Parts: sequence; structure tokens; C-alpha cells
Amino acid sequence: MSIKDQVIAIIAEQAMLEPSDIQMENTLEDIGIDSLGLVESIFAIEETFDISVPFNANDPTAGDFDISSVAAIVAAVEKLKSEQAA
Amino acid sequence: MRRVVITGAGTINPLGSDMPSTLLAMQEGRCGIGPLEIADVDRLAIQIGGQIKGYDEGAHFNRQQIALYDRFTQFALLAAREAIGQSGLTFSGELADQSGVIFGTSGGGLNTQDENYRAVYEAGKNRVHPFIVPRLMNNAAASHVSIEWNLRGPTFTVATACASSNHAMGQAFNMVRSGMAKVMVTGGSEAMLCFGGIKAWEGLRVMSRDACRPFSATRSGMVQGEGAAVFVFEDYEHARARGAEILCEVAGFAMSSDACDIVTPSKQGAARAIGGALKDAKLPKDSVGYINAHGTGTAANDKTECAAVADVFGAHADQLMMSSTKSMHGHLIGGTGAVELIACIMALRDGIIAPTIGYEEADPECALDVVPNVAREAQVDVALSNAFAFGGLNAVIALRKH
Repeated sequence: MSIKDQVIAIIAEQAMLEPSDIQMENTLEDIGIDSLGLVESIFAIEETFDISVPFNANDPTAGDFDISSVAAIVAAVEKLKSEQAA
Repeated sequence: MRRVVITGAGTINPLGSDMPSTLLAMQEGRCGIGPLEIADVDRLAIQIGGQIKGYDEGAHFNRQQIALYDRFTQFALLAAREAIGQSGLTFSGELADQSGVIFGTSGGGLNTQDENYRAVYEAGKNRVHPFIVPRLMNNAAASHVSIEWNLRGPTFTVATACASSNHAMGQAFNMVRSGMAKVMVTGGSEAMLCFGGIKAWEGLRVMSRDACRPFSATRSGMVQGEGAAVFVFEDYEHARARGAEILCEVAGFAMSSDACDIVTPSKQGAARAIGGALKDAKLPKDSVGYINAHGTGTAANDKTECAAVADVFGAHADQLMMSSTKSMHGHLIGGTGAVELIACIMALRDGIIAPTIGYEEADPECALDVVPNVAREAQVDVALSNAFAFGGLNAVIALRKH
């Protein structure tokens, strides 16, 4: 499974939707993921990809990790994975 | 209904090992938060806390006692010794039967659990010390204080996360007020600064890696602390009859549940508890001079708390002072309300308002007088202490100058 498909699967599970229902341009709010769901999703992403995601719930926009849409999250995970490989 | 007064106070916390040193530290705006010295700290993302440094359990307790006393019980016993000593009370006969202990704690004997899970899971041991259960149980501190000072009346422990101490002291207040007890020893204790205790909090991603800066636009989250504070709540007539020194009066108490979200606070729930405490105390809103804020240094708490205070007090919100001493001692979770009551007593008795230290930049959503960085002299007649817990459980105590 590609990084994109794995991230979508994680987000879909959190949103209690089918992966096919998730659009890349969706925001987390669009698909009903609240702040707790976000923290859980990030935990699942860290566990799945063996990466550390810079994210502080006090100021979700402060870190380098863009959570503004599903596409942004996929891109951020891909970036962290490529940095890990480098 | 009887009037209730405080006739003794004691503490051990990151700012000091007794009341005088704690009051001095609060007046000086000293920070008790620093690098953690615990096992496996290198595996933690969060490596700071309000830890009681240089603490030697062997200096206070013998080997048999230590076998039974978790760190949170030790802190409670040391704080109770100072508080009961100051009150001048001894408990025997009828008074002993009419006096009890109510403490708040969230983690209880968490260090004992942490150490023994290590022993069985990590070190592969198949045997633990015989006293692990009585050492780790949440009521151990209340029971040992009851045993030590012969307090034979109502005794139990309250666990409502970050509001535990306030809920405990609220119960103690109502027991004395209703005539159910003459004297209640109350407060709270917490010792959660172990690998498991911090790792669990890391998961929520609300912890700061550098400092606790409540109400500052530059805030970066909460910082854990440890310690205890204990007070003697006494029937006013009883205290007066024996000529006891009275630190202040406990005037009112209220609690509420947000019935909303397990972690996100609600303005309405907080406001109902704040307003409720004043109503219970039959005090007008404009009598309040100081509020010791819950003030955790998280965005969710600080903004909600300021909005709740603004809602309850209206124009008077701009006249009162509200500081968060968590900036100095950290968040003592189940013990935090007890240590924070010390700042309220200092405001009423000594006319000194403890500051919110680490304050760097105004946050328009927290536009109250948070007594930034430096303590202030002010005459205060009524002080409130706020506590708003995970689970949406709120508890607010109102104190009045005596």
C-alpha cells in the first residue's frame, strides 16, 4: 500500500467512513474528525510509519506538519518518510 | 449551618518543603520547574517538571514506614504534620470520632505501580513486595493521616483528575458546615513524576517542553508537578472557643459537570461552578478581589477560563486579579487545588497576590489582570480557587478574610 492509501485508511477509520469516501481535498472537519480524533490519527500515523510527527495540540498550526487537508497530511507524511530515508 | 474556618496549613511542593518557604517563593515569583531527574528520562519527549528536588525519604520516615508509604503518601503525611501542628489540635475521645480526612489524588501510588510493573514486565521478576496493594491504593494517604493523628470520623479519597483536591476540600467544608464533623483534615497529594506518569501525558500532546506560561500568547502547554498541601478545616465556634489562630474562612463551594466532552473544557460548566460558589457563600460578585486560576497553560483551558470569568463577573472582571501559580509549581493534577489554595490564603492574610510568571505576550482572548511576573500587594476580602478537570468536572472554592 502506498503512503497515500495508508494515510487515507487511518483517517477513514478515525472518521468511521470507507476509504473510498475520503477525498484528497477534504479537511478533517469535513469528515468529522475533532481534536481528539486528530491526536489519535497522528498517533496511528507515527506507529504505522515509524516516524515522529511534530504536533502540539495547543497550537495545531504552529508545527511543520500541515493538517489543513487530507492531501496536505499525505504530503507531510511523505516528506517525513523521505527525510528519514535520507 | 455552621461557619468553617482554616486553622492549619502545611505543604511540600516544588517551591518549598513547608509553608514559610512556599509563601516566600510565591512572593518572589520563583520557578520550581526544571529538568526531571527520574529513571529513563532520556526516553521521554517531555523532560521538565515541577519536581521536589533533594527529597530524602529516609530523613522523614523509617524503613518499615517507607515499605508502606508511596511518595504521594509521604508528601501528604509531611504536609499534614505541618498543618495539624499549626492548628494545635490533638484528637482523642469525642473530637477524634467527629474528625476525619478527605484528600484528593488522581494517580495515587503511581510510583509504586510504575516500579513494580517494571519489576514484573521489564525485569521479569515473578514476585513483588507484599505491601504493594496497600502502598499504591488511592486512599493510602488519607488512611495513614487518619492513623497517625487518630482521626476516626469520615475518611475517604476523592479522584476527579485535576479537580480532586477542590472536590475533596468542598466535601470537607460541607461536612463541617452541616455539623457532621467538627474538624476535617483535607487537601490533596500527587506524585506522578515517573516514566509512566509522564509518558501517558505526552500522548495527549498538550505538554510543554520548556515552560508553563499561562495566559501568555506564547504559551506552549502544561507542565506536571508533584507535592501536597493539607489544611485543617474547623467549626468556627470550636476554633474560637479554644482561641485558635484563624487563617481565613471557607465561605462557599460549588461543583458542576460540563456533561459535554471528556477533555475539552466548557465555558458554561466553568461559569456555573464559579457563580455557584459565590451564591453558596452568599457573596456579591464585586466582593471578589482575587482568583487563583486553573490556568494550565493550554490554549483550551486558558481561553475558556477567561471567557467564563468574564461571563460571571461582567464589568467587575476587569477589576479583579487572576493568576496561575502553576507557572511556578507546575500542575500537581490531583493535588493542585490544595497547593493553589495557599496562594488564596496568602492574598487574604498577607495582602500579597502571587504572580503568573513566564508571562511574555498578551493574548487578546485572555485579557484579564493576570498579575504578570511580579507579585503585588493588594487588600483582598474574598478569593476564589478554580479547578476544572478532564471529564468536564468543575469545583470552585470561595474563601473570605477573617
